[in-house]
Amino acid sequence: MIARGVIAGEMKRAFPILAVVTAILLAYAFYEAIWVAPMERTMGDVQRIFYYHVPSAWTAFLLFFVNLIASVIYLVRRNPRADAVALVSAEVGVVFCTIVLVTGPIWARPVWGIWWTWDIRLTTTLVLWLIYVSYLVLRRFSDSSQTPKLAAVLAIFGALDVPLVYFSIWFFRTQHPQPVIGGGGSIDPRMLHVLLINWLAFSCLALVVCWARYRLELLQREVEEVESLELLRGVPQ
Amino acid sequence: MSSTGFLYAAYIATWLIHGVYIGMLARRYSRLRHQIKELRKGE
Repeated sequence: MIARGVIAGEMKRAFPILAVVTAILLAYAFYEAIWVAPMERTMGDVQRIFYYHVPSAWTAFLLFFVNLIASVIYLVRRNPRADAVALVSAEVGVVFCTIVLVTGPIWARPVWGIWWTWDIRLTTTLVLWLIYVSYLVLRRFSDSSQTPKLAAVLAIFGALDVPLVYFSIWFFRTQHPQPVIGGGGSIDPRMLHVLLINWLAFSCLALVVCWARYRLELLQREVEEVESLELLRGVPQ
Repeated sequence: MSSTGFLYAAYIATWLIHGVYIGMLARRYSRLRHQIKELRKGE
């Protein structure tokens, strides 16, 4: 209990430091993406959307993976903190996935000449987003005590779509380009460097936001607990 | 719109989405603080 209190105190002190480091990293990553990364020959400047689009997708996948692990832990141990981690990672994951779905069409319009096509990569990404939005809707509007259990099961099904999204461009002919790492595509080392810096910056941002959201969730649950206790005691609100 | 226009649109959209979400969290936090204050008053 004391150790937990010490860790919580340390984490509280580390939060502003991490937030400042993240802000500096994001500014540096922006500078690298706009001014340092070489211009792509065929697409020109619009290709720089890549430095926001791809890291956002990777961060969303990472968060949905955290959601899967936390959901499994909740189902096995019924740990409410694991449930809170699952909720928080899904929520922040949806934010990053929304960015992928918004920046993708903005990039596609000047390059493909269309905003959207029902290609397997794009469609599975939209389905992934819809699954996690439905997860959040379930969490938001259902009051049943079974909700965390149901949501955990839904999260496991949702996570099954992540490898489908990722590997869709490996196994199917699609409009979407081949993966730049580990797939059929290739990338200039300077571009790869900028891509990885941006991913690091967005991952740090995700960590900071998840941390703040997790603390908010725990506080919210405590307040709800106190309120229901007061109601039971008959204390006027 | 020019190629640079699309680039700016994507970057602005990204920060707008993050900004809206962080703003929503800040609003929820201030509502929660208000709720806690009310609970303390009731004690």
